[in-house]
Amino acid sequence: MDRGLRIEGLRITRGGETLLAIDAHVAPGAVLTLMGPSGSGKSTLLSVVMGDLAPAFRATGRVLLDGRDLTGLAPEARHVGILYQDPLLFPHLDVATNLAFGLPRGGTRAERRAAVEAALAEIGLDGYGPRDPATLSGGQAARVALMRTLLSKPCALLLDEPFSKLDTDRRDQIRQLVFARARAAEIPVLMVTHDAADAEAAGGEIIRLGV
Amino acid sequence: MLRPLPLLTTLVLAGPVLVGLIGAVLPAFGYLVPGADMPFSRALDWPGLTRALGVSVFSGVLSTLGALGLATLILAGWHGTRPFAWLERALSPLLAVPHAAAALGLAFVVAPSGWLMRAPATLLGWERPPDLLILGDPFGLSLAAGLVAKELPFLLLMMLAALGQVQAGSRLAVARSLGQGRVAGWLKTIFPGVYAQVRLPVLVVLVFGVTNVDVAVILGPTTPSTLSVQITRWMTDPDLSTRAVAAAGGLILFAATLAVLAAWIAGEHVLARLGRAWVWSGHGLPERAARGTGLGLATVSAVMVLLGLAALAVWSVAARWTFPDLLPEGLTLRSWNRFGPEMLATAGDTMLLAVAATLVSLVLVIGCLEAEVRHGLTAGQRALWLLYLPLLIPQVTFLPGLQLLPLSLGIGPSLWLVLLGHVVFVLPYVFLSLSGPFHAWDPRFAQVATGLGASRNRVLWRLRLPMLIGPILTAVAVGMAVSVGQYLTTLLLGGGRVTTMVTEAVALASGGNRRAIGVWGLGQALAALLPFALALLLPAILYRNRRGMRHG
Repeated sequence: MDRGLRIEGLRITRGGETLLAIDAHVAPGAVLTLMGPSGSGKSTLLSVVMGDLAPAFRATGRVLLDGRDLTGLAPEARHVGILYQDPLLFPHLDVATNLAFGLPRGGTRAERRAAVEAALAEIGLDGYGPRDPATLSGGQAARVALMRTLLSKPCALLLDEPFSKLDTDRRDQIRQLVFARARAAEIPVLMVTHDAADAEAAGGEIIRLGV
Repeated sequence: MLRPLPLLTTLVLAGPVLVGLIGAVLPAFGYLVPGADMPFSRALDWPGLTRALGVSVFSGVLSTLGALGLATLILAGWHGTRPFAWLERALSPLLAVPHAAAALGLAFVVAPSGWLMRAPATLLGWERPPDLLILGDPFGLSLAAGLVAKELPFLLLMMLAALGQVQAGSRLAVARSLGQGRVAGWLKTIFPGVYAQVRLPVLVVLVFGVTNVDVAVILGPTTPSTLSVQITRWMTDPDLSTRAVAAAGGLILFAATLAVLAAWIAGEHVLARLGRAWVWSGHGLPERAARGTGLGLATVSAVMVLLGLAALAVWSVAARWTFPDLLPEGLTLRSWNRFGPEMLATAGDTMLLAVAATLVSLVLVIGCLEAEVRHGLTAGQRALWLLYLPLLIPQVTFLPGLQLLPLSLGIGPSLWLVLLGHVVFVLPYVFLSLSGPFHAWDPRFAQVATGLGASRNRVLWRLRLPMLIGPILTAVAVGMAVSVGQYLTTLLLGGGRVTTMVTEAVALASGGNRRAIGVWGLGQALAALLPFALALLLPAILYRNRRGMRHG
C-alpha cells in the first residue's frame, strides 16, 4: 500500500488562470514545508486537501491519502486534521469536552474519559479538564489544540502558519512537540509558513511557491 | 434539505405583499367586494382627503428628518465620549418599547393635563389645565415629535453598527488633523459612508412615518385624522362595502408614499451636491452649538419616553390624582386588580403569538443562512431589498388586501392569518439581527471540527448555534418585540376576533380611562422588554464560566 500523502498532478486555477501546480509526496511522519508570499496559493492548497475549496477556484489532479483517493470525499470523512495559528478551542466547551469532540466513536464512557485524561497528562495539563479554555495560556491552548487533533486519529496533519502567534520562547517548544508527535504517530504533515525557522525545525523537504 | 428554504422564505416575505396588493387593487376598482359602488371616487370625494394626506406626509417627513438629523448630530458630536455611552444605554431599551406604549406614555406627559404642564401649574397656581391643543394638533407636530422619540434609538443603533464598516476612527482623526472640527469633520468624511449603509432603514422610517396607524391614532390630529387612520376606520366600518373605499384610500396613500420616496431620493442628490460644495468652501460649523443641540435634544427625547413609561406606571397605581398635583394622593393596587387579570390573559395570548411568529422566522432565517454557508446560495443585494419589501410598502396599503382577497375565497380572518402577517414583519428583523453575527463567526472553527470528523449538521448543532446563542436570543427578543408591537396586522387580519395587548391598548386610548391605559400600556412595554432581559441574562448564566463566550 502507498502510505502517506500523495499529491498527483494537482493544478489549482482561478478564472482560467493557474494559481499553482504541484506534485508531491509526504511519507508518514515526515514534514513537507510550503513557503511563499501571500497570494501564492499556499492556503488554497490546504483547502484542496481538506476538501472545502471555495467555489471561485477549480482544482484538477488527485490527492491520495494512504492510497485512498480523497477526490469527492466529504471533508469530515477524510481524516485530515488542521492546526491554525490560533488554537481555536471551542469557547463554549470545557477543555476536556474540547478534547473529546473529535474522539472516534466507540468505547465506553469511562474509556473515553480515560483517553482524554491520559491526553491531558501527556501534555502536562493534569486536572485541567473542567477548565474554561479562555483561561489557558497561549502555550497551553496550543498543546490542547494539538492533542485534540491527535485524539481524532488523523491520517494527515495540515499546519497553517501554526506557530506564528506564539512567544519566541514557547514557539520552539511547541514546534518540537508537534513534529515529535506527528513522527511518533506516523502522520504525514503538510506545513504552510512564512518563517524559515519553522522549515528548518521541520527538517523535511521545502517547496517554494510563486516566486 | 436546506436548499428549498431560501425560496420558501422569499415566498413567505413577498407572497403576502403581492396577494395584499392584488387584494387592494381589485376592490378599489369595484371588483371582489360586493356592493361597492365606485370606491375610488368615494375615497377621492372624502372631504378631509387633502388635509389628511398633507398631515400624513408632513409629519412623516418631518419625523424622519428629525430622527436622522438628531442621530447624526449625536454621533458626530459625541461618539466615543462618556455622555454618548450614557445616552446609548438610555436609548437602547427604548428600541424595544412598542410604538403604541411609547405613544400612550408620551400622551400622558405632554397633554395639557399631563406631567409637563403640572409643574408650571403648581408654581403659578393654575386650577385647570391650560386650554391648549398640544395633543393631536392639526399639523401633526406632536405626532412627529412622538415618532422622532421612537425612531431615534432605531436609527442611532443602525448607524452605530454601520460605523465599524467605514473606519470611522481613523477617518475622523485624519479630518481633524487637516483642521476640521469634530462635528464638521464627521459630517464631511463619515456621514456619507454611514448613510449609504443605513439608507434602507431610513426609508423604512420614512414610510412608517407617513403611513403608521398606532402612533397617529394616539398622538395625531382627529378632524381630519391622518389618511392611514381614516383608512383603518373605513376597514373596520360595519358596512362591508366601505372596505373597498379603504382599499382605494390605501392605494392613494401608496402613490403619495412613492412620491415622497422619490422626493427623498432626489433630496439625497441635492444634499450630496451641497456637501461637496461645503467641503470645497472649507467652512466649518459652530461646533459648540451643534454639539450642545444634539446632546440636548437627544436627552430631551430619551427623557420624554422614559417619563412617559413612568407616567403609565404611576397612573396604573394611582388613587385620587387631580390637576395640578405632581403625584397622586395615594397608591393603590385597585386598577391592577380590576384590569390586571384580563390584561394578563391577553398578555399570554400575545406572547404565544409572538413566540410562534418568532420561531417560524428563526427556523427560516437559520435555514437560509446555513444554506448560504453550505451551498454558496448567496442572497446578495437583491435579497436585501426583498427583506425590506414588507417594510417599504405601506401596511395600510397591502394589509386590507390581505384581508379582502382571502375573504373572497372563503378564508375569513383568523389566528392563522394573523400569524402569517406577524411572520412577514418579524422575519426581516430576525434576519437583519442574526445575519451579521452568523457571517462573522470564524469559519476556521468549522474547518477544525471537520478535520476532527464532525459532519456539517454536527458543526451546526454543536458549535455554530451554541456559540451564537447570544445573538440568537437577541434576534428572538427583537422578533418578539416586533410581534408584540404589531397593531394593524392584528387588527385587520384578525378581523376583530384576535385581540392582543396592542389592539386593546390602542382601543383604550380614545376612552380616556387613564388607569386602564396605565395598566395595559405598561403591560405591553414589559411584554416587549422581558425577552430582551432574558436574552441578556440567559447566556450570562449558561456560560458564566466561559470567558471566551462574553462580548459576542
